[in-house]
Amino acid sequence: MNAVISARGLGKRYKNAAALDNVSFEIQPGRIVGLIGPNGAGKTTALKAILGLTDFQGELDVLGLDPRKQRGKLMEQVCFIADVAVLPRWIRVSEAVDFVAHTHPRFDRKKCEAFLARTKLTPNLRVKQMSKGMIVQLHLALVMAIDARLLVLDEPTLGLDILYRKQFYQSLLEDYFDENKTIIVTTHQVEEVEHILTDLMFIRDGKIVLDADMDAVGERFAEVMVGAERAAEVRALKPLDERQVFGKSIFLFDGVARAQLEALGEVRRPSVSDLFVATMKGTYA
Amino acid sequence: MKTFYWLVKREFWEHRGGFLWAPVITGGVFLLLNLMGIIGGEVIGAQHGFHFLFNDRIHILDHALTAEEAAKAGAFMDVMMYSTSFIISVVLGFVVFFYCLGALYDDRRDRSLLFWKSLPLSDTATVLAKVVAGTLLAPFIAVICGVLTGIAMLLLFTVALSFHGIGAWHLLVYAHPFQVIVNLIGSIPLYAMWALPATGWLLLCSAWARSKPFLWAAVLPVVVGVMLGWFNLMGTHSVGGGWYWKDVVCRILLSVFPGSWLGASSYQSVSSGAEHALDVLDLGSAYSVMAAPSFWIGAIAGLALLAAAIWLRRWRDDT
Repeated sequence: MNAVISARGLGKRYKNAAALDNVSFEIQPGRIVGLIGPNGAGKTTALKAILGLTDFQGELDVLGLDPRKQRGKLMEQVCFIADVAVLPRWIRVSEAVDFVAHTHPRFDRKKCEAFLARTKLTPNLRVKQMSKGMIVQLHLALVMAIDARLLVLDEPTLGLDILYRKQFYQSLLEDYFDENKTIIVTTHQVEEVEHILTDLMFIRDGKIVLDADMDAVGERFAEVMVGAERAAEVRALKPLDERQVFGKSIFLFDGVARAQLEALGEVRRPSVSDLFVATMKGTYA
Repeated sequence: MKTFYWLVKREFWEHRGGFLWAPVITGGVFLLLNLMGIIGGEVIGAQHGFHFLFNDRIHILDHALTAEEAAKAGAFMDVMMYSTSFIISVVLGFVVFFYCLGALYDDRRDRSLLFWKSLPLSDTATVLAKVVAGTLLAPFIAVICGVLTGIAMLLLFTVALSFHGIGAWHLLVYAHPFQVIVNLIGSIPLYAMWALPATGWLLLCSAWARSKPFLWAAVLPVVVGVMLGWFNLMGTHSVGGGWYWKDVVCRILLSVFPGSWLGASSYQSVSSGAEHALDVLDLGSAYSVMAAPSFWIGAIAGLALLAAAIWLRRWRDDT
């Protein structure tokens, strides 16, 4: 199948900094891609380019369309949740459902109402009377009832408590995602998405520094825990990162043979957040 | 078309306060003040033994009216209905002014723009729906409220008269409520076209400003005007200052007030006798303002400003 998104030489400059610096990537259908990067790395700019909300240099193809020129058509196939609480504060639940039902050709009203029935939202409730978690529930109910091919989530769970966060991703996986859909998600709460991602992209200073599927990440990166007495020996292998836990040292390696590491100590798969911290070292320095 | 209908409906939902409640409340307050006036007049009159509002002269109403008197009575009642609409239309002017100024700005500020932009809606339809909501739907509601208030006021006075044993009910047939409604509703399209320079300019500022759209919309043209005046004072350039204030500043800021075309020069030809005062509100004479080239220049300039607002709406994001 054709790629859902293919970008070649994507660039975007704000006054003095490059938000996107000659970025190229492809995203295949049926994937859940985590776009992870520190603040100001260019995540939101990349998403805005994909959604046709900003101009840019380079070539970008989303579902066979150019987001700069064919935005109206593109948005029938693409949904996005940009941050929590972007629903207009004056709107009622019933008005939001009515409006989307009559303006979006791929919206399934029954599905939406079924999702809403599982929440405490009532038709007359206004967004300004809702908690952040409830706003996200409404937004998610609207989005999940749209049969879109690409869903873009930009920090969708920021500021929510853990119950809402868990419920959010669980609903997405159980009731929405299938092999015909693609999800791109950016978040700082890496731990919560890492088990649902199929692909990982790290972005730093407008450049993609890692682009791999999760299996490849597991093969490529490894952590080894050794006692202080063998630390010097391990350091000679040029680890990416090193940290101390309970008097032992944990080293993170990129592309070092597993057998070689197992001879040194206990080897395990690094978490995405540890990998992230190691990769982004010195970003704010 | 269905999408457009829902876009306009969305504007109504969001601005129910300005579009519906502002005229309703204005009409209600107006009626209340009149009622208080009548009761006050009655009470003070009773205390001092004379009738403020309804003295004996009104008994001329008892006999059958001549055609001329009937026409006068009818005109008087029509004026009453127009006057309530006039008061509500002043309120409407303010509502439309601030509606346009916020229409493409508020959702960028509270970031709900990102929700609207996640739906397959064209920016052209979005902006045009706002124009239609502000200059067709809102005036329509205002006219209905104005005429209903006017009729309620006529009834109020008739009831008050009947307390004095004066039967004025038969006079009501001399009023022309339908003609008033037709004249007022018929002039809404004229209003929408007359207001184009203002809706265009205000929406453009609304789409463009990163903060404080009111300052941009109001202060910029005024500063330009003051600069022109200053140049004129220096005598270095002679660019018609009066022309600028009247044909640019007034048109891009004040045209949202209904009936502001009545001041246009084309009406100087209309005879100004009292008995013809209402003729100016007749559709035929109202639309004669279209004969002036400045009307069309304004409308075209307004469309150009709207096109610019649509373009900005496409590319401005929430930052």
